[in-house]
Amino acid sequence: MAAEATQAIGWWGVLLAIAAGTMRGGTPFLFVSLGECLTEKSGKINLGLEGTLLTGAMTAYGVSYLTGSPWLGVIAAGIAGALLGVIHGWLSQQPRVNDVAVGIAMIIFGSGIAFFFGKPFIQPKAPQLPTIDLGNWSDIPALQAALQITPLFLLGLAIAPVMNWFFRSTRWGLFVRAVGDSPEAARAMGVSIFKVRMLSIIAGSFLAGIGGASLSLYYPGLWTERISSGQGLMAVALVIFARWNPIQCLWASLLFGGAQALGPALQSVGIKEGYYLFNAAPYILTLFIMIFTCSSKKMISGAPGALGTSS
Amino acid sequence: MKSWRRTLEAFCLPFGAILFGLILFGIFCAAVGQNPLAVYGSIWKAGFGNWRTFQNTLIRAAPLMLTSLCTALPARLGLVIIGNEGALIIGGLAAVSIGLVLAGSAPPLIVQVGMAIMGMIAGGLWIASAGALRHYRGVNETISSLLLNYIAIALLNHLVGGPMRDPNSLNKPSTYPLPEADMLSNIPGTRVHWGLLLGVIACVIAYFLIQRTTFGFAARTAGGNIRAARIAGLSVGKLTVIVCFLGGACAGLAGMVEVAAVQGAANESLNVGYGYGGILVAFAARHNPLAAIVMSLLVGGILASGGVLQRSFGLPDATVLVFEGLIFLVVLYSDSLYGKFPFFKEKPVMSPPPPAPSAPTPTATT
Repeated sequence: MAAEATQAIGWWGVLLAIAAGTMRGGTPFLFVSLGECLTEKSGKINLGLEGTLLTGAMTAYGVSYLTGSPWLGVIAAGIAGALLGVIHGWLSQQPRVNDVAVGIAMIIFGSGIAFFFGKPFIQPKAPQLPTIDLGNWSDIPALQAALQITPLFLLGLAIAPVMNWFFRSTRWGLFVRAVGDSPEAARAMGVSIFKVRMLSIIAGSFLAGIGGASLSLYYPGLWTERISSGQGLMAVALVIFARWNPIQCLWASLLFGGAQALGPALQSVGIKEGYYLFNAAPYILTLFIMIFTCSSKKMISGAPGALGTSS
Repeated sequence: MKSWRRTLEAFCLPFGAILFGLILFGIFCAAVGQNPLAVYGSIWKAGFGNWRTFQNTLIRAAPLMLTSLCTALPARLGLVIIGNEGALIIGGLAAVSIGLVLAGSAPPLIVQVGMAIMGMIAGGLWIASAGALRHYRGVNETISSLLLNYIAIALLNHLVGGPMRDPNSLNKPSTYPLPEADMLSNIPGTRVHWGLLLGVIACVIAYFLIQRTTFGFAARTAGGNIRAARIAGLSVGKLTVIVCFLGGACAGLAGMVEVAAVQGAANESLNVGYGYGGILVAFAARHNPLAAIVMSLLVGGILASGGVLQRSFGLPDATVLVFEGLIFLVVLYSDSLYGKFPFFKEKPVMSPPPPAPSAPTPTATT
């Protein structure tokens, strides 16, 4: 009887862990996908956000450890990301230079920088970001843990609608969309394509850096060389899935966070069989989403016109 | 007479870029408190200094030549495939599976050929699926091939940690080892395995296939202008899938070589970055398979020097990644410099040649 009861809680635990994972694991996805969304709206792809994410995670952890202030770490992560964005923004706009190739190079370079300077921070424990505990009314530890929400998640929750409003209703948002959809028209408007793209890429990389901070300062809350497992790349697919709409990026990020939590959640109730395969769930999900949402016949609706062209 | 100046340019710019990357890396080393000249010296000694160490470079160059083709061949069709790592892993897994099945019941040569064929088929199908998704569903091939990398790594961890695990491999889960007799042997008189020869042959075949055959011409046409290719009656879909298959097959063969000549079993050492190194080689060689041979030697030397940098300078093993990343970035930048140096223009100008391309500055133009 008692065993049956724990079994029941155990299975609820899986659902609970997945629900918690949507927020925990979804936070880095949210920031990176919003960053990628902004970048792609201006007509360039930044595959290098994977490297940016790693550099952000390392910087946040290192600065938090050295200064004792996790919030300084978050800001430093954003700045480190923005610096990588400067390289990508400048290089990918040189004539005959392919932005996808630059992204691949930036993955190698960014992860190299992160692992190089992150070596001393693998052992020590850095101060973590405070969490907002919404689960104190309950005395089930699993529920309490699941309802620990990071302020970064709330920040991301706020940025998504703001970015949506920015694209729709502001002058600068119009510039970004114009540069991304039709560079010729933007040039006719007297907008500097180079500057708009540069700023969009830098801002996008800033957000991705903060996404890295949420990895190392919130969940899983440590710095190892395997902390990011392709979230930066999945974000690129996620943006396609979200049709370049910041609000939909939010929902997609939650979905991906949940998929990522599947493996650990099953492991927590003792299902070890196929652990690695369940861990591959987000990648398989991404692949299937791309297979079902893409089409060889026409451009996906909502795609910035200049994306993937050399203009 | 197809201007020798253009040919010279195609040689000078990538090498100039690598030289410039070296300088940047030196600045990086100086910034973290190491003597750049001493670091250069060690890299040279560890990678190219004498025959003994050069063999280490050759051992690493072999898989790089093969994996670089996984990016270089589809690039001729205008596709950016970066699933090298995944195809290598899948090829290695397939090779070790067939090797373990055949071992003992077939002569070593048959086992080896079987492993090579299975590795190539598995790696080929892996990348061909990315090509097919691209053509028939419009799925971005760069992202799908990258996702396939992660799926391959998960599959490797799953198989090596469970169904295919040798219970005797405690610290590092591995599959059952291949019998010594079925391993690829070394080229006589060296420590270098025959995989190197396979790499060189694959690159040479790829070069002739792309440059000297109708098939290669069709592929290049489709890569240049897909609409024109369709009008000319080329079946672009079939072409895409076949070229991706060939690229993936080369990476799969690299996995077989790693398993059958170096590791002796499939384990996580398959996933050590030959795939990403291969991408760098392909781009630095501008997707020319013959140039990829030379670039593989260079990158192989850099990889071979990783251990020495760690031991003599206390630099983390990620130093190699930083180095690779810097060179990759500079090589990409050098693409924008073609045609910018008056010295390489068709008509020689009277003014003295501009500074060597090793220090490319935008101001050196016009």
